[in-house]
Amino acid sequence: MQEEGSEQQALGPLDQLRSWVNEQVLERITIGDWIESLVDWISANLEPLLVGIEATIRALVDVTEAALLYPLWITAVFVILGAWLKLGRKAGGIALVAAAAVFSLGFFSEAAKALLWFSPPWMLALLVVVAGLWRVGWRFALFAAVAVGLIFSMELWPETIRTLSLVVASSIAALIIGLPIGVAMSRSNRVEMVVRPILDLMQTMPPFVYLIPAAIFFGLGTVPGAIATLIFAMPPAVRLTNLGIRQVSQEHVEAGQAFGCTPRQLLFKIQLPLAAPSIMQGINQTIMLALSMVVIASMIGAGGLGATVLTGIQRLQVGLGFEGGLAVVFLAILLDRISQSFGQRRRGQGSGWGLLQWFFRGRQAGDKSAA
Amino acid sequence: MTEKLVVEDLYKIFGPKPERAMELLRQGYDKNEIFARTGNTVGVREASFSVQEGEVFVIMGLSGSGKSTMVRMLNRLIEPSYGHVYLDGQDITQMSQSELIAMRRQDMSMVFQSFALLPHKTVAENAAFGLDVSGHSAAEQREKALRALEAVGLAPNADSYPDELSGGMKQRVGLARALATDPTILLMDEAFSALDPLIRTEMQDELLRLQQEHSRTVVFISHDLDEAMRIGDRIAIMEGGSVVQIGTPEEIVSNPANEYVRSFFYGVDVSQVYSAGDIADRRRVTVIQRPGMDLRSALGRIQNYAGDIGVIIDRNRRFQGLVSAESLTRAIRQSPGGDYPDAFLEGVRTVAADTSISDVLGMAAESEYPLVVVDEEGRYSGTISQSTLLLTLDRTQQA
Ligand SMILES: Nc1ncnc2c1ncn2[C@@H]1O[C@H](COP(=O)(O)OP(=O)(O)OP(=O)(O)O)[C@@H](O)[C@H]1O
Ligand SMILES: [Mg+2]
Repeated sequence: MQEEGSEQQALGPLDQLRSWVNEQVLERITIGDWIESLVDWISANLEPLLVGIEATIRALVDVTEAALLYPLWITAVFVILGAWLKLGRKAGGIALVAAAAVFSLGFFSEAAKALLWFSPPWMLALLVVVAGLWRVGWRFALFAAVAVGLIFSMELWPETIRTLSLVVASSIAALIIGLPIGVAMSRSNRVEMVVRPILDLMQTMPPFVYLIPAAIFFGLGTVPGAIATLIFAMPPAVRLTNLGIRQVSQEHVEAGQAFGCTPRQLLFKIQLPLAAPSIMQGINQTIMLALSMVVIASMIGAGGLGATVLTGIQRLQVGLGFEGGLAVVFLAILLDRISQSFGQRRRGQGSGWGLLQWFFRGRQAGDKSAA
Repeated sequence: MTEKLVVEDLYKIFGPKPERAMELLRQGYDKNEIFARTGNTVGVREASFSVQEGEVFVIMGLSGSGKSTMVRMLNRLIEPSYGHVYLDGQDITQMSQSELIAMRRQDMSMVFQSFALLPHKTVAENAAFGLDVSGHSAAEQREKALRALEAVGLAPNADSYPDELSGGMKQRVGLARALATDPTILLMDEAFSALDPLIRTEMQDELLRLQQEHSRTVVFISHDLDEAMRIGDRIAIMEGGSVVQIGTPEEIVSNPANEYVRSFFYGVDVSQVYSAGDIADRRRVTVIQRPGMDLRSALGRIQNYAGDIGVIIDRNRRFQGLVSAESLTRAIRQSPGGDYPDAFLEGVRTVAADTSISDVLGMAAESEYPLVVVDEEGRYSGTISQSTLLLTLDRTQQA
C-alpha cells in the first residue's frame, strides 16, 4: 500500500537512477575497446609467444604440404608403422628394409627418382582413389576418380593440394589441442563447467571474426589462416571426446577398476577405446569445419581454392567462382567419406572400429602366428 | 575354516556431509526419514559379518537394499563412509591407492551383471584383461587366458569377438576374466540375473563345479531366493541397507528373523531347501553288532522300545542293515545261533545325507521300509519314513 504511494514520487528518483546507471556503469563498459586494448597488449608484450606459435604452425603446414606433394614417403611411413604395430617388430623391420630398397631405386634411375622421390601431382590423386577403394568401396572409388579428373581438367589441382594441406595441418593441430581438453573435461565436472561456455562461444562466433585478431597477430597469409581454422574447427573434437568418455557405461569403468587399472590404464584401455566411435565422429566434424573455414581464411591470404572463389567474386567471373566451389565440394565429399570410414564399424571386418581401434587392438595376430 | 573377509560395522552414506546423517542414524531414524531431512541416502548401515575361506556367501535382498553398494565396498569401488573390511586380517579401508591396486590385481576379481566385456577385444584378450593390466607378457597372458577359457568351456571361441557370443557365453567370458588372475576372492554382482532361467541354472552349476575343482571364496549378490539357496553355503539378507539375518539356507527358511525375510519364501519350494540329513529321525533303536550279542537280545531291545524296526550298526556307527521283530523271530526259528545278516530286511534303501527332499520324496513313496540316511562315510544318521516326510512338509508350509 505504501509502495503504491511511493511509486508516483519515485518517478524522479527512477530517472536519476537511470542516468546514474548510464553514466557510471553502461558507458564504462566498452567491450570493443577492451578487446582492442587486449589485442594491442598481446601484440606488444607476448612477441616471443606469438613468434613461437607462428613457427610451429608454419612448420606443421609446410610438412603437411610436403607430405601431400610427395605422398609416397608418408605412405611408406604408415605401412612400416602398421606392419610393426600389427604384426610385430620383425614384420616392421622387413617393411622398413623393403621400403628402403624400393626408394633406393631412385639412385639408379632418373625415372624412378622422379616417380618415387619427387612424385608427380597425380600420385596423390591415385592414392586418394586407392584409399576410397580400400575404405569405402568400388563405387566410391569410381566417384573419386571422376572428381579428381574434373579437378585436374579445371586446372585446380595445386590449389586443391594447398587447401587440403591447410585442412590437414589445422585439423591435426586442433586435435592435438582438443583431444586432451576433451579428456580433461570428461574427468572433472568443474573443468567441463568452465570449458563448455568457451566452446559455445567459439562455435557461435561468426567465423570471420577470428580473421581479424589472427591477421593482427600473425599478419596475412597461411599461418593466420591455419590458426583461425584450428580455433573454429576444434569444438566438435573436444565435445565429442568428452561425451564419448562420459557415455562409457559405469560397469565398464568399474570392471577396469576392479581388475586393478591405474587411472591412466583406465583411460587408455577402457575409456578411449570405448569412446572411439564418438571421438572419430568428432574428428570427422573437425575436418569438415576446417574445410569450410579454410575457404573463408583465403580472405586473409591463406590461398588455395578459397582464393579461386574470391577471385571469381571480385572479378565477377561466375565460371571461375563456380569451378572453385565445385572443387571444394568434391574435396569435402572425399574427406568426409574417407575420414568417416575410420570411425564406423564395418560389416564383414570382425569388429574393427577403424584406425583408432586398429591401433588399440595391438598385436594379437602376431602372437597367434608366433604360437 | 579361517575367516577370509571380515566386515566390521560398515556404513555407506551417499551425498555430502555424511556426519549429519550418521547422527540421525544413531538417533534411530530410518533411511527414508534421513533422506527427507538431509538429502543423504543410506546405502549400507551397521553391517558386520565374516566370510569363511572357500565358502559361497550370498547377499540377498530386494532392489535398493544396498547389495551392490556392499559388494563394492569390499574392493573399494565405493569408499566406505565408516567401518572396516579386513582381508586376511589386513584392513582394506586403510590401504593406500597403490596397495589397493595391488590387492585388486592379486586377491579379488569381479563378475558383472551386464558382463562389461570390451567389444573391440577378442574373447581371449578379454579374458586376459586382468593380466594385461598387471603387466604380464603377451605369451603369459594368452596362456593363462586360454586356461581360464578352458575351465569355463569356451576355449574354441578364444578368437571370436564378444558380439558373436550368446548371453550365457558372454558371462562365461566374464567368469574366465575373473578366474584368469587366479584370485582368492570372487565378487559376483547379480552375475547371472541377466540370463534366461535355463542358462542361469547352467551357470550356477558351472560355478558350483568350479568351486569343487578349486574352492575360492565367493561373495555372490542375488535378488533371487532360489539362486541363493542353490549355491549359497550361507546367506545374508539385507533390508534397507541393514543386514537383517545371516545363516545357512536351512536356518533362514526354518527360522526367518522377521516378516521381510519370510516374505522371500512365498512360492519357494522347501523340498529344495532341506536335505535328507536335516529331517532324518534318530529315535529308532540301534543295535551295535559285536561278538557275543545274539539275535534274541536284539529282539528283546526292539520289543522294549515298543518299536517294530531296529537298526544294526557296527562299532564305528557304520550302517549294516535293518531288522524287524518279525524278521528276527523268523531267523531265530531257523537257526537259534545265527548272525544278524540272516535277519536283515531286503529292499532297504540308503540315501546320502545331502540328498534333497524332492529326491527323497520319490524314493520314500516306492520303498516298503523307512529310508536309511547315511553320511559320506557310511555312518548311520537316521531314518526317514513316509510319516516323517509328511510331517516335515506340513510344518514348513505353515512357516
Ligand atoms: N552413487 C549413488 N549416489 C546416491 N545414492 C546411491 C548411489 N548408489 C546407490 N545409491 C542408493 O543406495 C541404495 C542402495 O543401492 P544399491 O545399488 O546398493 O542397491 P541394490 O541392492 O544393489 O539394488 P538392485 O537390486 O536394484 O541392484 C539405493 O537407495 C540407491 O538409490
Ligand atoms: Mg545392484
